[in-house]
Amino acid sequence: MAALYEGYTLCGLVPEQNLSNSGVRGIEQERDSDHVVVTDSTRSVTMYKVSDQKPLGRWTVKQGQSLTCPAVFNPKTKEYVAVSDNQVIRIWKEEDVLLDKTFKATVSSDIWRVHCAHGGDPVVLFQRGAVRLLDSLLSAPQQPIEEILAQEEAIRWSTNIVAETQQFVIFTTEQKGDTLIYLQGLNPNTLQRYRLEREEPGLSPLSFSVTYKDKHIHLLYLYPNGHVYQSVLSVRGLGTEEGLQALQVPRGLLLALPVGEGLLEAASALVLDEAHVAVVGVPHPSAGACKDFLCIWNTNFQTLQAGKEMAGKIYGQLWCYSNKLFIPHGKTLSVIPFVCPKSSLASALGKLKQAKAEESKSPASVPSWNKILHGEKAQPSRTVETRKMVRYTAQLFLNGLPKAVQKEVEGLLSRSDIQDLQPCVGQLVSILVSRSLADPSFYIPSTLAQLVHTQCLCHSACPDLVLLALEKKDYFLCQLCLQFFPDIPEAVTCACLKAFIRNEVLQTAYSETFLLPHLKDLSSQHVVLFLQYLQFLYLKYSQDDFPQMHGLRSPSLTQIMDWVCLVLDAHFTMLVMIPEAKGLLLNLHSFVKSQVRLVSELGKIEGSLQELKNMKVKKEVGQYSVEIIELF
Amino acid sequence: MGEFKVHRVRFFEYMPSPIRAMAFNSRTDRLAVARGDGAVEIFNFADNYFQEKVIPGQDSRAVEALCWVGQRLFSAGLNGEITEYDLENLRPKYTVMAYGGPAWTLSMSTECFLCQVGCEDGTVKMFEILEERIQFQRNHDRQKGRIISLSWHPSGTHIAAGMMGMIRIFETETGSPANKEVVVWSVAFLSDHTVISGDSAGKVQVWDGFTGTLIKTHLITKWDVLALSDQSSLVAGTSEGTVTQFQFLPLIVGQQDKEWVRTRTFKNHSHDVRALAHTETAVVSGGMDTQLVVQPLLDRVEKNTQESALRKIAFPHRSLVCCAKKSGLLLFQFPEHLELWRLGESDGHGKPGDSLPVRKKPEKLIHLKRKGEDHICCSALSPCGGWLAYTTVSSVRLYRLQYNNNSISIKKLPKLPKELCSAHQLCFSSDSSKLFASSKHSSVIVVALGQSECKYLHTLKPKSGYGTTEQPVHLLFVSEDSKWLAAANTGCEIHIYNLNKLKLHCTVPVYSSCPTAIAIHPVTSNLVTVHANQQIFEYSLAQKEYTEWSRKLQKQGLHNLWLERDTPITHISFNPNNQAHIILHDMFMLCIIDQSLPLPDRKTLLYNQMTLRSVPESERLRHSHAFKICKNFQHLLCVSTLEDQALVVVERPLLDIMSQLPAPVRQKKFAT
Repeated sequence: MAALYEGYTLCGLVPEQNLSNSGVRGIEQERDSDHVVVTDSTRSVTMYKVSDQKPLGRWTVKQGQSLTCPAVFNPKTKEYVAVSDNQVIRIWKEEDVLLDKTFKATVSSDIWRVHCAHGGDPVVLFQRGAVRLLDSLLSAPQQPIEEILAQEEAIRWSTNIVAETQQFVIFTTEQKGDTLIYLQGLNPNTLQRYRLEREEPGLSPLSFSVTYKDKHIHLLYLYPNGHVYQSVLSVRGLGTEEGLQALQVPRGLLLALPVGEGLLEAASALVLDEAHVAVVGVPHPSAGACKDFLCIWNTNFQTLQAGKEMAGKIYGQLWCYSNKLFIPHGKTLSVIPFVCPKSSLASALGKLKQAKAEESKSPASVPSWNKILHGEKAQPSRTVETRKMVRYTAQLFLNGLPKAVQKEVEGLLSRSDIQDLQPCVGQLVSILVSRSLADPSFYIPSTLAQLVHTQCLCHSACPDLVLLALEKKDYFLCQLCLQFFPDIPEAVTCACLKAFIRNEVLQTAYSETFLLPHLKDLSSQHVVLFLQYLQFLYLKYSQDDFPQMHGLRSPSLTQIMDWVCLVLDAHFTMLVMIPEAKGLLLNLHSFVKSQVRLVSELGKIEGSLQELKNMKVKKEVGQYSVEIIELF
Repeated sequence: MGEFKVHRVRFFEYMPSPIRAMAFNSRTDRLAVARGDGAVEIFNFADNYFQEKVIPGQDSRAVEALCWVGQRLFSAGLNGEITEYDLENLRPKYTVMAYGGPAWTLSMSTECFLCQVGCEDGTVKMFEILEERIQFQRNHDRQKGRIISLSWHPSGTHIAAGMMGMIRIFETETGSPANKEVVVWSVAFLSDHTVISGDSAGKVQVWDGFTGTLIKTHLITKWDVLALSDQSSLVAGTSEGTVTQFQFLPLIVGQQDKEWVRTRTFKNHSHDVRALAHTETAVVSGGMDTQLVVQPLLDRVEKNTQESALRKIAFPHRSLVCCAKKSGLLLFQFPEHLELWRLGESDGHGKPGDSLPVRKKPEKLIHLKRKGEDHICCSALSPCGGWLAYTTVSSVRLYRLQYNNNSISIKKLPKLPKELCSAHQLCFSSDSSKLFASSKHSSVIVVALGQSECKYLHTLKPKSGYGTTEQPVHLLFVSEDSKWLAAANTGCEIHIYNLNKLKLHCTVPVYSSCPTAIAIHPVTSNLVTVHANQQIFEYSLAQKEYTEWSRKLQKQGLHNLWLERDTPITHISFNPNNQAHIILHDMFMLCIIDQSLPLPDRKTLLYNQMTLRSVPESERLRHSHAFKICKNFQHLLCVSTLEDQALVVVERPLLDIMSQLPAPVRQKKFAT
């Protein structure tokens, strides 16, 4: 499942008085994924190292001037480019201190934005739709700039992508309620123009987001009624020429987000990967009408994957750079890391079992449909072959010399289809075990251990294996069995316990009712020793700084406690009688007492903690309010 | 006790100026702090760190260094001038041009009454300190680069100068060149001829002053070491906002050989530490983040006392907000301009905890820029809103305001009486017919206001004689009936004048701590005073003695938690609905004292509003005491009552100030 992690603050903001504007004009990636350039809506550009939450540089234009487009970083030249007062292009480097002393060029028409996609060159998009490469523009700054857009047409949004070898500027405009998309290719210059299908009258998209895949541009856009559509444009295009009627592009509804009452005002949707979209300013489906949420939706299954309430007003601004979302809210700019693992139906529904490292070694062997339906010819003969092989091996196991047996097993284990042989392996092992039991001189522990390691075995398949190991005092093999067999009977567990008092035993599965009678078989010395060991483990574990002693294979605190209780239950009357157990019992008594006290204290503060949870979050105070207070 | 309608105001965009330099006078326990706008503030460390005096800044004055000589205060700045301040009249006394370009540093030798200035042109200029002025004596050999820092040897025979890449000791002429291009931001010259330097490479270095050899280097920051101060131990401030302490200790216990060892690091600032002072018991630091921080050294103070608490001084201890009660107007004072706002209006009623819908938003009526170079030192608005006055150290300006429906006209009164040439405090009578201005020698000038002119009436003076000081008046208050005028000065005196007779009525017994707020009760005519040490007094003007309640309060003593608060009370007002209510505030709380209720004793819960809220109404009276403290509002600059019985609170959240500061990185100034 996609997840949003705990965020952190990158910087404070100075929003406008009426909170209509976050104060951030734009955020662009800098040299690497950990550096960004933040342009505020007035005069300054600040460069941050994101993981350190630390500004590394800041540049400000003079009082009276203002930055009119977000600064971009050109990694090829290591220069920053920004535009002030619509017509002045400014270029500077990190080591420049004063912006006033750096390069400036005034152009003849108002600039909408400067873009610089990674791998591309900086491109300038003018407000009237013309596009120039920055280099060619700077060679003659005062060159005439043509008007592409119609009279009442205005740019709403733009971006820049590099598709294989060609660089594209994509921008959307609005004209009399229509939304148009322009696809401007550079070197060679091409221009395509499309028209979006109209949504309900009066609604135009709130936000756009673009991804490029397989020679197609995927444009995703969000309407105030919560509808998220996707349209796909080919970069080759149909060669529409200027002046031609713009083609209407087909669209597909990806998501219909819940909007609560009324329409969305400040919201945006951003594509994270093929299946995930981040959305801000849209209500959480299970949290009422409040719109101050950041959510990740899965577009394949239309399910909400993760949601987070953002304190303070959301401005509908959102950026994403390398698995981090940048979101201005209230008076802060927060960075929220996220993950979007590849989605499957199971994970979307939240049902995928956490695959453990050990389990991943043994993929389930499901025969392929192809094989079953179209029955490859080789298949029957193979089964016959396997059967022959098993019969031969069994024979060998019954009579062969230990060395030969060993060799055969190694051969068996090196086969690629060992998983398919699961039933046969059980059969073969039980032959080996019964031979060992019958013939005390025949015992090959390494081979048995190897077989247990395959994880094809279980206790039911070879019930005598553990007993054999116990008899031979091969505790290593016993441990392996305890570790890998899912179905060891309680009686056997107890038998193991008697033979050695180890952690593996504590971790085997058991059922109290079945274990209890077997535990009673333990002798008093065993019981005392076992309890002492359990107490030792418990004390070790209750120290906070005690690291997990045996790596992954160590019993948990609850397992230890359960065993203590079980052993005490089974032998309490006897333990009370024997003098040497007295100290131990007193110790156990005192720690039970302390546990009880702790729990009762915890119980007392439960109410307060609950109250903390219910406490109202302090609401944001604006510039002015009239409040009623009461003093007592 | 009751409900209050509160106008919660956060549109005063007050921005303190960064701290540039400071100097501590251990003899008088006074700290002088210079800010980026040229203002100089004096804090009395003996009196609860009260901000006693403020000398307003000036456009051209950028103070780089401050220095005390006895009780005299000098500064040098980038305008190339050396200034001595008149601490009685809160203005520069005189300035002397150093003729060396911008002056970067100033160092005084108290031994031989000499002062040296380090200049841009590479000269160290020596001035003789005379009784009433300073006089140029001579130049030292001119150096190649600018002189950034200076430190006298305590004997007065040598001086160490830090500059670009080297430290030079004058008179002995043994320089000690460093390899890398670094700026020696600060030097300290110790009595054993050790010179310690802090530089732009982030190092604190210990040098032998005789031979010019380097003894020890401590790398303490990636950025710059900006400031040093010594007093048995040495502290260094960096542009990361940290302060590092060094102590002269034997490396092995019991041995004689001592070395400067880095001992502690404090991080109390978000930005550059530009100025440091080392007192006997504490390190005082300040810088770009505008806050003054007093960090006690726990080995020098007694633990768990008030002295051992960290103190941050963020707001001035005087009022920058003036509220016109009758007209619902607020006047905000900035160094450069004044803003006049009209409060908004709300609809209907609500229950406690509610925010009422705002029918009319607050409106900014006037943005008045000051004239001339000098910054505004105080301002006042008449209760009717019809008059506005402000002063700088060089002039007083008075304006007539007229409101016609939606338009507002402002007219400057062309001719002011010549007596009204400068003032430390201004105050209008409640009927707006008179203006009071405190002037030289604790006097107060009374001016009558007509329709469009004003007339000098009288000068009120305290009785001069034994025991009276001539300290500036920092608080003025006129009673509601315009009969009484109270004037408090930084010499801790409070004079009461009878305005009907235009003469001194009495002087309140002088208390050892400076008053931080005064007010006269509109009905009982009792004077309420609160002092820097948090004590509260009530003085009957009719009886000329402390009231019964005041005596009871003194006898029983104030609650410990009240005394431990570390910001002063800066306003007092009274509840027009209830005679027994005194409304006070400091930076973090608003308090209503109900004189009819019993005083809290040592064991009582002082902050008991939450408790009272939770007990049933019938039991509340049994649990309540006189101090009703409300902490709903924080970072308060002003709390005032309006004629319609609503309260106005003006907040300036520190977070808002922080967000306005430049990014906390080293600002390259030149060639570093």
